[in-house]
Amino acid sequence: MAKQYETVIGLEVHVELATKTKIFCGCSTEFGGAPNTHTCPVCTGMPGSLPVLNKQVVEYAMAIGLASNCKITQVCKFDRKNYFYPDNPQNYQISQLYLPIARDGYLEIESGGLKKKVRIHEMHMEEDAGKLVHDEWDDTSLVDYNRSGVPLVEIVSEPDMRSAEEVISYLEKLRMMIQYLGASDCKLQEGSMRADVNLSVREAGSETLGTRTEMKNLNSFKAIARAIEGERERQIELLEEGKPVIQETRRWDDNKEHSYAMRSKEDAQDYRYFPEPDLVPIVISDEWIAEIKSRQPELRSEKLERYKAEFDIPQYDAEIITESKRMADIFEAATAVCKKPKKVANWLMVETLRLLKEHNMEPEDIRFSPENLGKLVELTEAGTINSSVAKEVFEKIFTDNINPEKYVEENGLKTVNDEGAMKAAIEKAIADNPKSVEDYLGGKEKAIGFLVGQVMKAMKGKANPGMVNQMLKEALQEH
Amino acid sequence: MDILSLTALQLGKAIKEREASAADAVRAVLDRVKEVEPEVNSYVTLDEEGAFQQAEEVQRLIEAGEFTGPLAGVPVAVKDNICIEGQLTTCGSRILSNFKPVYTAEAVLNLKKAGAVVIGKTNMDEFAMGSTTETSYYGSTKNPHNLNHVPGGSSGGSCAAVAARECYYALGSDTGGSIRQPSSFCGVVGLKPTYGTVSRYGLVAYGSSLDQIGPVAKDVPDCAAILEIISSHDTKDSTSVKRKNYHFTEALTEDVKGLKIGIPRDYMGKGLDKEVEEAVRKAAKVLEENGAIVEEFDLSLVQYAIPAYYVIASAEASSNLERFDGVKYGYRTADYRDLHNMYKKTRSEGFGAEVKRRIMLGSFVLSSGYYDAYYLKALRTKALIKQAFDRAFEKYDVILGPTAPSTAPELGKSLTDPMKMYLGDIYTVAVNLAGLPAMSVPVGKDSRGLPIGIQLIGNSFQEKTLLRAAYMYECATEKWHETSANIGKEAQENGKTI
Repeated sequence: MAKQYETVIGLEVHVELATKTKIFCGCSTEFGGAPNTHTCPVCTGMPGSLPVLNKQVVEYAMAIGLASNCKITQVCKFDRKNYFYPDNPQNYQISQLYLPIARDGYLEIESGGLKKKVRIHEMHMEEDAGKLVHDEWDDTSLVDYNRSGVPLVEIVSEPDMRSAEEVISYLEKLRMMIQYLGASDCKLQEGSMRADVNLSVREAGSETLGTRTEMKNLNSFKAIARAIEGERERQIELLEEGKPVIQETRRWDDNKEHSYAMRSKEDAQDYRYFPEPDLVPIVISDEWIAEIKSRQPELRSEKLERYKAEFDIPQYDAEIITESKRMADIFEAATAVCKKPKKVANWLMVETLRLLKEHNMEPEDIRFSPENLGKLVELTEAGTINSSVAKEVFEKIFTDNINPEKYVEENGLKTVNDEGAMKAAIEKAIADNPKSVEDYLGGKEKAIGFLVGQVMKAMKGKANPGMVNQMLKEALQEH
Repeated sequence: MDILSLTALQLGKAIKEREASAADAVRAVLDRVKEVEPEVNSYVTLDEEGAFQQAEEVQRLIEAGEFTGPLAGVPVAVKDNICIEGQLTTCGSRILSNFKPVYTAEAVLNLKKAGAVVIGKTNMDEFAMGSTTETSYYGSTKNPHNLNHVPGGSSGGSCAAVAARECYYALGSDTGGSIRQPSSFCGVVGLKPTYGTVSRYGLVAYGSSLDQIGPVAKDVPDCAAILEIISSHDTKDSTSVKRKNYHFTEALTEDVKGLKIGIPRDYMGKGLDKEVEEAVRKAAKVLEENGAIVEEFDLSLVQYAIPAYYVIASAEASSNLERFDGVKYGYRTADYRDLHNMYKKTRSEGFGAEVKRRIMLGSFVLSSGYYDAYYLKALRTKALIKQAFDRAFEKYDVILGPTAPSTAPELGKSLTDPMKMYLGDIYTVAVNLAGLPAMSVPVGKDSRGLPIGIQLIGNSFQEKTLLRAAYMYECATEKWHETSANIGKEAQENGKTI
């Protein structure tokens, strides 16, 4: 009988914090920008420059630590991690090793209908590095320090996960929580959230851990799931062949669905960590912790319950909407305009999700203002436009954030309630389609659908379908 | 009026009273530099044009009543590890031979706000690593009192320039004695402030937890006035301290009655030059005669200060100097195969032997497997040394002793035996480990005519106590200009040859 294997997974997740300025200087953290324009002597490692800690970084880190049930280290310090690479202007990274800001927490995840705790070993603050741009043609490398000094937290879990499903569940939970805290937008594709997967396998029932590998370059949940599956199979294959798993860092190529060894443990650098002498220890008082706790925004579970109670929307709707903080924010703002929570929920759950998928976007990428969605619901509710026109208008809102009232006006999309024109169209539809008329009168009620379609077509889609239906039925009865 | 023989405060007063102008002072200093610099080599860079421009601007603002401070218009020299925007800042190293900072150090900004005229950047041991100013890529600086001897280091250029009257005062930096020891060797007054008093922003770091910028002056009042100007609470430096009072010149009173002075027996024993010991005792006597209470005591732990210092300073230096890699600024090797080779060749060619020695030492003590045995142990030693000083300051206001075990050694005699050179820092390094203020005050010369300095150590934030004792001593004895270097024209006139 084939052996049964268990997969053991721990995660190291890097999250870029949403501060306006960098961790140790006043430069902007804005993504993009011409190379080396968001820089100063501090974040380019000029001699004699000194770091000064951004307090907001500590507050975001504390908020994440508290929300993930960690103990806050009340005297915490920064350390230097020394390694030479051009994207790192000082050739050391200011990070935390000995006294990280938070320790010993957990997140509760749900996978396969079961609840489970994933423990968090520690969480620390650090600075991001710059970006190297390789010019193949010129055979040179250029470096852009705009990202150098952007604040990060690294959240290190215990090896408590057993499947890709659990990993995704943990990451979704973590991402949602951080987004709700407003501490980061957590976009995997833009790199504001990055996950490295530590994975080993062992025979089912075994208590000892197998040799693990670390997988990097995972840019989406799907890539993470595929990489976990691929690595699990690779390791099992090695063990089955009686070969050892080598402790190493591997890089996942999602296009080839294959990973490559980057460096083994033997090549591992000695980072020569030591306390950063340019920064004083951070002393976190009980009062400061209490203040952060009191400022902690409503988290998802609380919001979900409130939506059901306050807006009277079903559990299912509330779950989908609160899955992303951005969606929930849009829901509340749009509902404030039109006072129709269920209608807004429908737009978000159906059309918005469809368009996000179609454009390969995350909810955080949504650019339209919720007021425009609110106004659209008002227009439909008032019968000013019909539902098919509404869908068309929503697409324009989604892509170009147009004002629906203005757009409907300018493009003549208002429902036509001109009875004369409608009557003429109905009479023509009846005259042109004797077969459908016959079917309908013969008891096939569905046949009316075709006739409604013909009338709508003649009205260029701008008629109120309810009204057409009503008038058509009356006309057929008189027929 | 011999303008060069004035102290900084005397010159400041003369300029304010229109007896001299800032430009007169610059001219006099630059003429002096031209005369003696070929022999002394105090400067790496001289900014002649800039000095006259600054003098003109400062003069205008003095006359407009905007600059009213005591040192407005007075020429100053700045150690070459302190950044000034657009001016070469080499740290005495080849690796920064073409480096011009894009910003100015906070201490220099404070000077400029007070109307200082910066005339140039002074020579130093490479990256402040050394005790002789012989490790500079730009040649050794000579001791103005005897050109066959070293000026001390690492702020040897600053101290020699003040002693040779190539400027009225200077800024130095002190990580393990780098202001006090060359001040002692050159017969000038040098002060290392309490850690956190002068902003380190713009000081190219050697040992970040130990480095402080401080004044090098002709006499004690100048020293107090300079410290008053350069000290500030700077939010750009996280280790900068907000002090209650920055009026250091208030301490200049001729009164040491009841001041309790302790002389550590551990500082006066084996290894100390006899003439230096006598001079220290004589100086203590002067203070005692003026009302101070002088006692000997056991400080303890003195023998552990040197190893702890060299472990901590080298560890921090090994990391601080990583940024000099040929990528962003400074020297880059001409030919290289790839990135790793570029790093290796640039740093091999760019750094001198002493810097490499300390980078290797520092990297070693931070390596995994050695960290606890060396670096952590050194940190514990540092804490114990601080406690020993705390105990001493429960009994004494000032600790008095020699600044260095001997007077200035001859050129070329120190670098061959680094261990011996390191041991020369025995009386100064503990002060940096404990973050305390200390100053060196000239107390005479040895039989060869080389200056001797005493060191006064105070408790944290007690610079005023030090200045008070030093000022009393100075008033009761000879002043700086009477122990000053005798070189150049006046040496010939006096019939002496160098």
